[in-house]
Amino acid sequence: MTVDLRPLAPEVVVAAAALLALLADVFTRTSRARAVWWLVALVALGWAAGAVWTAGEGAFGVLYARDGLANALQLVGLAVAAGGMLLARDYLARVGLDRGEYYALVLLSTVGAMLMVASQDLLFLFVALETLSVPLYVLAGFARDSHRSQEASLKYFLLGSFASALLLYGVALVYGATGSTGLARLAGAEGSFPLLVGLGLVVVGLGFKAAVVPFHAWAPDVYEGAPVPAVAFMSVLAKVGAVGALVRLLPLTLPHLLPAWQPLLAALSAATMVVGNLAALRQTNLKRMLAYSSVSHAGYLLVGVAAGNGTGVWSAVYYLAAYAAMNLGAFGVLTFLERAGVEADEVEDLRGLADRSPALAAAFAVFMASLTGLPPTAGFVGKFYLFMAALQGGLLWLAVVGVITSVVSVAYYLRAAYAAYLGPGRAGVRLHPGPWAGVGLGVSAAATLLFGVLPGPLTTWAQRVAALLR
Amino acid sequence: MIGLSHYLVLSSLLFGLGLYGVLTRRNAVAILMGIELMLNAANVNFVAFTRFVDPTFVRGHVAALIVITLAACEAVVGLALVINAYRHLETVNVDQVDLMKG
Repeated sequence: MTVDLRPLAPEVVVAAAALLALLADVFTRTSRARAVWWLVALVALGWAAGAVWTAGEGAFGVLYARDGLANALQLVGLAVAAGGMLLARDYLARVGLDRGEYYALVLLSTVGAMLMVASQDLLFLFVALETLSVPLYVLAGFARDSHRSQEASLKYFLLGSFASALLLYGVALVYGATGSTGLARLAGAEGSFPLLVGLGLVVVGLGFKAAVVPFHAWAPDVYEGAPVPAVAFMSVLAKVGAVGALVRLLPLTLPHLLPAWQPLLAALSAATMVVGNLAALRQTNLKRMLAYSSVSHAGYLLVGVAAGNGTGVWSAVYYLAAYAAMNLGAFGVLTFLERAGVEADEVEDLRGLADRSPALAAAFAVFMASLTGLPPTAGFVGKFYLFMAALQGGLLWLAVVGVITSVVSVAYYLRAAYAAYLGPGRAGVRLHPGPWAGVGLGVSAAATLLFGVLPGPLTTWAQRVAALLR
Repeated sequence: MIGLSHYLVLSSLLFGLGLYGVLTRRNAVAILMGIELMLNAANVNFVAFTRFVDPTFVRGHVAALIVITLAACEAVVGLALVINAYRHLETVNVDQVDLMKG
């Protein structure tokens, strides 16, 4: 029996680059040589993106599907990885953490996310989830001398592997109910009791990864403690993987069980939007505030999943792409700032940013406006699509909750943006220029504005995913 | 005669025990042991379901082997993180690991 490995080419390229980066680091002594390997890894990401872009539709056995959803979300995942690498380079060199394994871990976890959005089998989904998560636990603790970073990695690991265990038990129950872990068999299954319990546990496990309320408790501590570039990367990539898997599992595979899962997803989504936004209101630490903001955005993404229709599916894809640009950018601004040898992560630390660097302050304002959902940014268009999907799916109340919580979020996002434009700078806060991070930030800001002003091309591109809906 | 339900009861007990351990233990290593119990409860399910639901294929056995491997990977990384955290924070009690609040 011959197996066609070509559909797997993008994942193989990224995984090979990860192993190469890990191996090369052992023999690399100078910072200049490290920069070469860093560039090699970036090129590999570009190569993989090209392979995804030109890949048709296909499958690898019954485990893996290279379809529209996989292609779209893999491109988003690769872009997130490239953004994460651009933002990390200058920061890591500055704080003395410039070690090759950082990039290897970023690439490995990207492979996990790529497999996760393409998996057609729940056991394969579990393996992909672990490939995504385990490097992220290490990345959270990458600042080895920082106590907060160690605390972040310990908490992330314990709660993350607990969630993985719940998901696995759910997979075992689904296997018992249908006699297979494949989504193909699941697609025609009756909604028996063990099947529904198993699916519930799988949703809980994925919800943990996406930081959905009530499984979000880890997010604030992990995001506050982990190094900024790692947070920028993990906050988006984990959502790409988890939301991609949820979309494939629920609206694409189980439309016939919609009455069973829609109320649950809608309730999770509403709770996530409300709790995330209200908790973000009273934060003074910017990383913690953005952590709760990331929780609330998991809620907005779930609106698309809960809607259960084609519009919901493609608008979730659109929002993931928009979220990748704006959230990478929001955390990316923080990589430039330093206070007394540590990260400047208080909202107050932003004061006077506009005087020191007008471009940085302007970019930060764009990201905050986009996270709020103000036009003319990608966040506005994305939220508009998501709430439209909720209306089409008959979930008027969910769209109303989404609009109201977005209005609430104006308070804390704009407070941070105003801080950048007000008053003299806080004493002791220094601004470090970083050419590569500047490139990453420029691209993010341009994408955030472009997707908002000219949403047409990205919308058409995302809408192709809806063709998968049966 | 031992049937499927016996195995399911066993696995539920194991899972409950693991869950109880995770929720009540405060030592990071003990929490990790609870998580391992939960993973093994799923393994018992996989193997039992293979025998009673899906006997022609051995998908459940393969699943159990994969899970054992992944559990080992997770434990390796997790213990490394716990040791590193212990070096800096000088405790593995999760109630005393609370630098960040809010």
